[in-house]
Amino acid sequence: MEYAVQLRHITKTFGAQVIANNDVSMDIRKGEILAVLGENGSGKTTLMNMIAGIYFPDSGEIIVDGQQVEIASPKDAFALGIGMVHQHFKLVDVFTALENIALGLDSDQKFDLKQVRAKAEKICQRYGFELDLDQKVYEMSVSQKQTLEIVKVLYRDVNILILDEPTAVLTPQETEKLFDVIRNMKKDDKSVVIITHKLHEVLEISDRVAILRKGEYIDTVETKDATESSLTEMMVGKKVELDIRRSERKDLVKRLEVRHLTVKNIEGRAVLDDASFDLYGGEILGVAGISGNGQKELLEAIAGLQKTEENSSVKFYEKGKEETAVELIGRTTKQIRDIGVHMAFVPEDRLGMGLVGSMGMTGNMMLKTFHNGRGINLDFKNPRQKAETVKEELEVLTPSLNTPVSRLSGGNVQKVLVGREISEEPTVLMMAYAVRGLDINTSYTIYNLLDDEKKKGVAVLYVGEDLDVLIDMCDRILVLCDGKVNGIVEARDTTKEEVGLLMTNLREDGERDE
Amino acid sequence: MSKTQAKEPFMRIAKRDQASFGKKFTVRAVAIVLALVVDAIFIFSVTGLNPLKVYGVMFQGSFGNSVRFSWMLRDLVTLLCISVALAPAFKMRFWNIGAEGQVLIGGLATALVMVEFGNSLPTPLLFLVMVVSSIVAGGIWGFLPAFFKANWNTNETLFTLMMNYVATSLVASATDIMRGTASSLGKLNMSTQAGWMPMFLGQRYNVNILVVLILTILMYLYLKFSKQGYELSVVGESENTARYAGINVKRVTIRTMIISGAICGLAGFLIVSGKDQTIATTSAGGQGFTAIIVAWLAKFNTFYMALISFLLVFLSRGAAEIASTYDLNDFSSSIIEGIILFFILGSEFFINYRVIFRGSESKEVAQ
Repeated sequence: MEYAVQLRHITKTFGAQVIANNDVSMDIRKGEILAVLGENGSGKTTLMNMIAGIYFPDSGEIIVDGQQVEIASPKDAFALGIGMVHQHFKLVDVFTALENIALGLDSDQKFDLKQVRAKAEKICQRYGFELDLDQKVYEMSVSQKQTLEIVKVLYRDVNILILDEPTAVLTPQETEKLFDVIRNMKKDDKSVVIITHKLHEVLEISDRVAILRKGEYIDTVETKDATESSLTEMMVGKKVELDIRRSERKDLVKRLEVRHLTVKNIEGRAVLDDASFDLYGGEILGVAGISGNGQKELLEAIAGLQKTEENSSVKFYEKGKEETAVELIGRTTKQIRDIGVHMAFVPEDRLGMGLVGSMGMTGNMMLKTFHNGRGINLDFKNPRQKAETVKEELEVLTPSLNTPVSRLSGGNVQKVLVGREISEEPTVLMMAYAVRGLDINTSYTIYNLLDDEKKKGVAVLYVGEDLDVLIDMCDRILVLCDGKVNGIVEARDTTKEEVGLLMTNLREDGERDE
Repeated sequence: MSKTQAKEPFMRIAKRDQASFGKKFTVRAVAIVLALVVDAIFIFSVTGLNPLKVYGVMFQGSFGNSVRFSWMLRDLVTLLCISVALAPAFKMRFWNIGAEGQVLIGGLATALVMVEFGNSLPTPLLFLVMVVSSIVAGGIWGFLPAFFKANWNTNETLFTLMMNYVATSLVASATDIMRGTASSLGKLNMSTQAGWMPMFLGQRYNVNILVVLILTILMYLYLKFSKQGYELSVVGESENTARYAGINVKRVTIRTMIISGAICGLAGFLIVSGKDQTIATTSAGGQGFTAIIVAWLAKFNTFYMALISFLLVFLSRGAAEIASTYDLNDFSSSIIEGIILFFILGSEFFINYRVIFRGSESKEVAQ
């Protein structure tokens, strides 16, 4: 067996407490597709970053093609034929695809765009990429940007390509296309490493799976011998029930009536375009769509955080006051709260919007309620009690109630935020990407919490990115495409492919069902 | 494919976890000792004097006798007052570089009231007008950049900085007019002493000390326990979070800067009425800028501000003392002061980061 890369006893720490990788030894074979599987924080990206020259290991050896090497920078990695496509793209927005590729030229190479174009076109042809070399990056979709990133790396003659969570931002159809390309690369005897936490993709594309857990290397198994549950067990360390609980809908009461909701961005383009739908208490309405298609604006507009266009209307039916609808549009967040609307909102940006990172749990519990009460001084007593309750019920791990929440792990940060929002006993609960970056156990805690809220009669609006989860958890799924409501489907009857199509192909106006 | 020869980098920098109190203390103590050693080398090699003796003289500068000690206190509270004024603005991440101008304009307002009404108003009323006008003047100087920032997102650093020059020019022309044909302005209301801070425990500036002490405590409470203090910390952390929480970011920005400017204005009043009894373009003496260092090093905790103000005033008085005792020029004492400051500021780096040298790997990992 020929090895492309061998890692021996690699250890990497950040600070005294964070051990990202501990004594990891594993191999990447020539011409294989290797999936590196692990939960968030298991150290898979850190490990690959060391091969790509972003980080330098504290100890251990890296062997490429049988030779021990020191990789101190991405340049060294490229010289060894190793390239990595990161989760966050590193492209120059105002350049064309071709100009971005040319950035990879060495300083002693002639800047000859013709030559670059010829080589780039050859790469596209060989592996089946669809890429317009003259398109500017800012005009590209996420999937096109990713294609460009991969071509950019291949342009530098790499033999080992590392992709960090490549499917996180893609629709099912785009994912298929990417997988085809990856298979072509394998045929060309290149090694492809995919960092991921999505099990079905691992099973579909990879030859072998390397599993990491909490920085430790667990094992590498042949994909053909693995199942979703066997992989999960290795990844989490114990058996996990992978079925999401979904109670039946009952006692549906209309809570939100959204009509013609339109939000324009600074350039005057409608990022949310004439959205209309109803949301009922006792159901979970999922919102699907490629990221950046109006999800954020939709939730923020309902919460009173976005300027909306004329004719927009959001009517809110508070519990016990179903006869008198309250118009939310035209009111600020504080006014909405002051007129007695119980609406909880877990935004996508947890520490940048939902919480104050430098404050502890107590300080964060009072974020929405500190205005209440008379006097000029803060009331610390109630928030502290609330913090105690949330800490206990959601099992938040924090050294103290005053430890800045930015120093907690991602899962605990989300528990603090969700805990605060649910403790207000909302009528409507809105959540965006609630499990992004969380481990499997915490994710399931959140899914179950949502089901509990639904059973209590809360109306849940859930923006998600994992279609499998949306289909398993929600009652209905609203699909956004280009800021428009491109269809609302019954989750129990739909398929991933149907939702995927709605995400990318805007239907003619007449076809859209309300 | 070429084989890379890259070795492990000679030196790397890694972020530290939250350093413990003991660790922080040690790092800072080491920094001061190192600074004194470097200073000693400098003193000996340049002047040939015994560094220990020089340090003794430096100490005398603040603690030599009761007069020096009280002067030290007077300078300390002036600096502290301005630092306290900056605390809310900086905590809101509003980079108020305009304390110098806010102090000057407050001082100018005080001086104008003293000259205009010194002989016509009864003393209590005169003081009331002086205080109010200094606060209003400083408040306006704080309001303007905040208003523009809140409405049109102008850059507050540049705006507040430019306001300094406006204030300085206004003071320059006002003093020119007030001095008339005299060569310099001299003390205001020399004959009547109207508007001079009353004597308290034998010194006029003892009132300053008292006022600043109260301000320091009040500001601590304001930042820590009041709703407004909470609001401005949320705005400072993230405007999005503030909007999400239903905080009116514009209003908080403007309100906080008015408070910041007003306290600076009050500092101007204390300088003019309690310390100098006159006004000049140098009345603020660069302390509006030094206060930025103080507020920053103290992480906006007003009690730490008192400690750091003390350190800085102690250093500068000590340096001046050295210069006069040994007949050195100001530059050498400034160098001594600068070296100490450099080490103290530099030590913050070692509190937040650690440096790993090649070959020390195994040791670091074992820790």
